[in-house]
Amino acid sequence: MAISKSAYSVAGKSGKIEKHIIVVWVDNETGVLARVVGLFSGRGYNIDSLVVAEVDKKNNLSRITIVTSGTPRVIEQIKLQLKKLIPVHKVADFPKGKTLFRELALLKVVSSEQKRKKAIKICKRYNSLILDKTNKSFVVEVAALRKEIDKLINFLQPLGLASISRTGVVAMSKGFEVFGENK
Amino acid sequence: MTGAAIIFKTLEEHGVDTIFGYPGGAVLPIYDELKNHKKIKHFLVRHEQGAGHAAEGYARSSGKPGIVLVTSGPGATNAVTALTDAYMDSIPIVCITGQVPTHLIGTDAFQECDTTGITRPCTKHNWLVKDVKDLSKIMHKAFEVAMTGRPGPVLVDIPKDVQSNKTKYISYKNKKQLSNKKNSLFTQKDIETTIEYFRKSSKPVIYSGGGVVNSGPEASKLLRELVRITGFPITSTLQGLGCYPGEDNQFIGMLGMHGTFEANNAMHDCDLLINIGARFDDRITGKIDEFSPKSKKIHIDVDPSSINKIVKVDLPIVGDVTNVLKSFIRTLKKEHPNFEKSNKEKISKWWGQINKWRDKRSVNFINSTKIIKPQHAVKRLYELTKKEDVLITTEVGQHQMWVAQHYKFNKPNQLMTSGGLGTMGYGLPAAVGAQVANPDKLVIDIAGEASVLMTMQEMSTAVQHKLPIKIFILNNEYMGMVRQWQELLHEKNYSESYTAALPDFVKLAEAYGCLGIRAKTPDELDQKIKEMIKFDGPVIFDCAVDKEENCFPMILSGKPHNQMLLGKQDEEEIPEEGKTLV
Repeated sequence: MAISKSAYSVAGKSGKIEKHIIVVWVDNETGVLARVVGLFSGRGYNIDSLVVAEVDKKNNLSRITIVTSGTPRVIEQIKLQLKKLIPVHKVADFPKGKTLFRELALLKVVSSEQKRKKAIKICKRYNSLILDKTNKSFVVEVAALRKEIDKLINFLQPLGLASISRTGVVAMSKGFEVFGENK
Repeated sequence: MTGAAIIFKTLEEHGVDTIFGYPGGAVLPIYDELKNHKKIKHFLVRHEQGAGHAAEGYARSSGKPGIVLVTSGPGATNAVTALTDAYMDSIPIVCITGQVPTHLIGTDAFQECDTTGITRPCTKHNWLVKDVKDLSKIMHKAFEVAMTGRPGPVLVDIPKDVQSNKTKYISYKNKKQLSNKKNSLFTQKDIETTIEYFRKSSKPVIYSGGGVVNSGPEASKLLRELVRITGFPITSTLQGLGCYPGEDNQFIGMLGMHGTFEANNAMHDCDLLINIGARFDDRITGKIDEFSPKSKKIHIDVDPSSINKIVKVDLPIVGDVTNVLKSFIRTLKKEHPNFEKSNKEKISKWWGQINKWRDKRSVNFINSTKIIKPQHAVKRLYELTKKEDVLITTEVGQHQMWVAQHYKFNKPNQLMTSGGLGTMGYGLPAAVGAQVANPDKLVIDIAGEASVLMTMQEMSTAVQHKLPIKIFILNNEYMGMVRQWQELLHEKNYSESYTAALPDFVKLAEAYGCLGIRAKTPDELDQKIKEMIKFDGPVIFDCAVDKEENCFPMILSGKPHNQMLLGKQDEEEIPEEGKTLV
């Protein structure tokens, strides 16, 4: 064991790192996102991706989807600490098997006609939509799983992929049940 | 009604009669309104940190929230230490800060700072009031958040124009008293499982903490009853001292880094650990992997995020301590009326073991007739004040631990000390606040000379408001705890831990307009302490103590609770691998 010349104990054993999708319903008010991300940075939790938008105008609610990773104890703390924030209404941990995930990407390809034709052909294999076309370029929208989008990007790289814009993961539970425990 | 008037109206509606504050440009409309509210008394401090700690001392010793009123910019940033301190130790504070007018926010205006941004991680919640129409609602909510669940500080940031704008006042809807009923999430089955654990255990120990204090005076009564009817030994954290009488035989002393030998060994060897309102702080647990390895653990806490945060427990009970203990006692009395008798034999061997540990007398020290030992000074202070209605505050360091070891507390809220944040300079302003809330009690800040200099300016507050606080300084001219660590861990390299050019505290007392007393030898100590107690007014007592005394016992780093380092009367070599602190 390392001898630490400090007033604090040395770190003990830690658990296995797991990836989790945490969904948080919050009041859509000034500073609410800062409270959520401040909690993560302040306590040293990870954020792999984060998506936020208003989902209920009438009740002024936003839905935040956070992909995070940590030991089971850290994941449990993340959920409990989030619930303590005043503007947070409910917190859900979406289980992998029972949840749908999607990520959206906008990709711009600038290249010769030949390369663009090839690129468009590949794009058609994915759930894609051409949004803009010129005689030098096109912009395509893809909604898919993260790893699928990664694959498409790899294909397009040699064909003149010029710019990438992508969101984080959004999630929805499968079936008729509305997921999420109350605060 | 103006925003400023609304602020006072909400304060009055929530029963506030005391504010600690400091005026400035951005709060002038509020200070102007003060004259119209004779029921509210304002205590002018000398630094905003002092206002915060005074509000903490007031809150702890009165059970009411402490109110802080400061200006924008430096006023707000100076209060940050106190807010963080209150957040760590769960003290309800409502801090009102002025802000630059709304049209200037974000322009780096004079005395502007991002107050809600800066205080977000050190408050339970905070608000920037941009529209006077929201003001009454937010103020009510602020009190609600500060006082319910696990209490804590909140901050309301109010721009200057909002303070003078006019609107209608909205009174507080939730007229019911703020209660913690809705935070109790346990079931009768949890209570019955607990009692099953009680019955099966032959080596139980109760470990109580600040949650018992925060739950109100009834919680302490219930705790005492539970300890009596179970016959279990009880130890306490620093924040929980006083909930159970310090001189009672079932109390085995404070636990943790500088806790007693018997408390720490009992924690290590027990088969049932009952945590009542404590949070497994790292000063308590030491090395987590070897913390109380053989025990089943029950954890009672009002904050669900405290449970399983550090130590995995077998039975979590989320609820307010008073409610949980009530259910325990009711069920225990009904279903096992003779629990104490039937259980006595079962745990008698355990008590035998605890008494053997107790015989080590681990907090003992070698006294001297020539020089005042700091522990001796605390002991004498206790003996000479125990008949009085006394409140104790402390600063942070060796003296704080000696108080925990040698001053016997008998009431909850009798000790006020900065435990979580460990804020040097807490004790003096906290004593100011405690004296404001309890004008007839004897309030003593047991201090170190280094800590007390950090907020010494508040003596002027005490003199202005005729608060007869006693500052009892154990003066060893060192930052004692730093010096102790340097002696034990850094080869006696006393880097910057000696304070040269200390002020003459007796003259300093006179300069502030209060009484200064100095004691240099053990012979004169008692008589000088009596003189301090008798004096009707603030006192600074300079007690010159042994400069090199260390605080023992102590748990070293990487060591479990059953391997403590004891003092000189039980000298042992420190093994190389243990030469670090927990």
